[in-house]
Amino acid sequence: MREFRYERAADPAAAVALLAAAPDGAFLGGGTNLVDLMKLGVATPDVLVDVRELTSREVADLPDGGLRIGAGVPNADLAADRRVRERFPVLAQALLAGASGQLRNRATTGGNLLQRTRCGYFTDVTKPCNKRSPGSGCGALEGVHRNHAILGQTIAGSDDPATCVTTHPSDMAVAMVALDAVVRVLGPDGEREIPIAELHRLPGSDPSRDTTLRHGELVTAIDVPALGMPSRYRKVRDRASFAFALVSVAAALDVRDGVVRDVRLALGGVAHKPWRASAAEYVLRGMPATEASFAAAVESELEAATPLRDNAFKVPMARNVVVRTLLDLAGRDTERELA
Amino acid sequence: MRITTTVNGTEHEVDDVWAGESLLYVLRERMGLPGSKNACEQGECGSCTVYLDGEPVCACLVAAGQAIGREVTTVEGLATEGELHPVQEAFVEAGAVQCGFCTPGLLVAAHDLLERVPDPSDLEIREALAGNLCRCTGYEKILDAVRLAAARQARP
Repeated sequence: MREFRYERAADPAAAVALLAAAPDGAFLGGGTNLVDLMKLGVATPDVLVDVRELTSREVADLPDGGLRIGAGVPNADLAADRRVRERFPVLAQALLAGASGQLRNRATTGGNLLQRTRCGYFTDVTKPCNKRSPGSGCGALEGVHRNHAILGQTIAGSDDPATCVTTHPSDMAVAMVALDAVVRVLGPDGEREIPIAELHRLPGSDPSRDTTLRHGELVTAIDVPALGMPSRYRKVRDRASFAFALVSVAAALDVRDGVVRDVRLALGGVAHKPWRASAAEYVLRGMPATEASFAAAVESELEAATPLRDNAFKVPMARNVVVRTLLDLAGRDTERELA
Repeated sequence: MRITTTVNGTEHEVDDVWAGESLLYVLRERMGLPGSKNACEQGECGSCTVYLDGEPVCACLVAAGQAIGREVTTVEGLATEGELHPVQEAFVEAGAVQCGFCTPGLLVAAHDLLERVPDPSDLEIREALAGNLCRCTGYEKILDAVRLAAARQARP
């Protein structure tokens, strides 16, 4: 592990100032991802600014019935929050579908959003990876990629500096995307709000960047606006617990008189970022809440899929998981649940 | 860096800790508490599970500086006055231990489960122990041990 300094700051602004002065530094939250990557030599910060106790650990009510979640709220606490379980079951379920109890106790809400990919080529410094070592190529394109992306990859040859076919690992972020969360950040130039759909990015021509955050910007809170419809998270993985998603779906559905009034749909395990299924949502609004409608909607989303040699199974898996989840939600009466 | 941490009810102070050391390393190599085991170093196996401010965490992923001023309970802190904790007794009786490397972490995780859920279902036991890997037992005896400890807890 590279030598580094460990710093604590008096408040978030001081932490931001410390990091602004350290181009190779990093914020330390729960450390469940960063400390691991430092041991592996994948992350090599020269300064760690500890923010785990610095950002809020409160979940506060917003006037519209939404919640403001402090970036320092541990994943376990957020999943256990009664308001989250009642108003945003999709979020509680996504949190509990991730990692293990020990990790959820330690990991923070802000840090969860900023997890790095678990691609085996990214975490092995002896292998090519454009994300870890820009320009070195992509080992996964022709290598082991069974659990890689089927949407939005950059596929330009193994040696091309733009190629990246990996996925974002977070479950929580998939739910947050379906919930239209807003990420509040404090940076050297002050505060700004980022709609979560604009936080994570596709690899494009620069796979090294996971998000649109600038160096020194600290996530301070995440606002989740009121939802007003039933929601749930469903995750398919290789074993029943403590595994990353092959495919996951965060869904919310508002059905009145058999017709889809509103729907939110986001997919995990399929792309470099949590994938908001906007095409499927567009197709579904106003349609009868039937299996045929749900299938047609998700198929329109998956038309854009470009599966790799060994992960084409994810396309029908995503289709089936979405249809099943929407059917579950359609079987419930929105008016009664919200009464 | 100086680390002052309360471990198993006693304040420990160690000097010259390098920032890159983990809480696990500090416990084992500087505080003389080798109960928590060092296996994967990645937060995957749970062998290093300790309570940090009352919550089970993987000590291998806690940077030393993050333990300053905190309260830690390790597997050494489960027994009181030489008497094994009922969870430990149950592991011995059920034969839930083979090589023993995963055992300290499993004991802390099982101890935490039974504090929160006195009468867990098998599904709850499995989920609570999902972050603790055992390469020897196949888990059946471990499940037996947790069931046994839960039953004894219900009928003391």
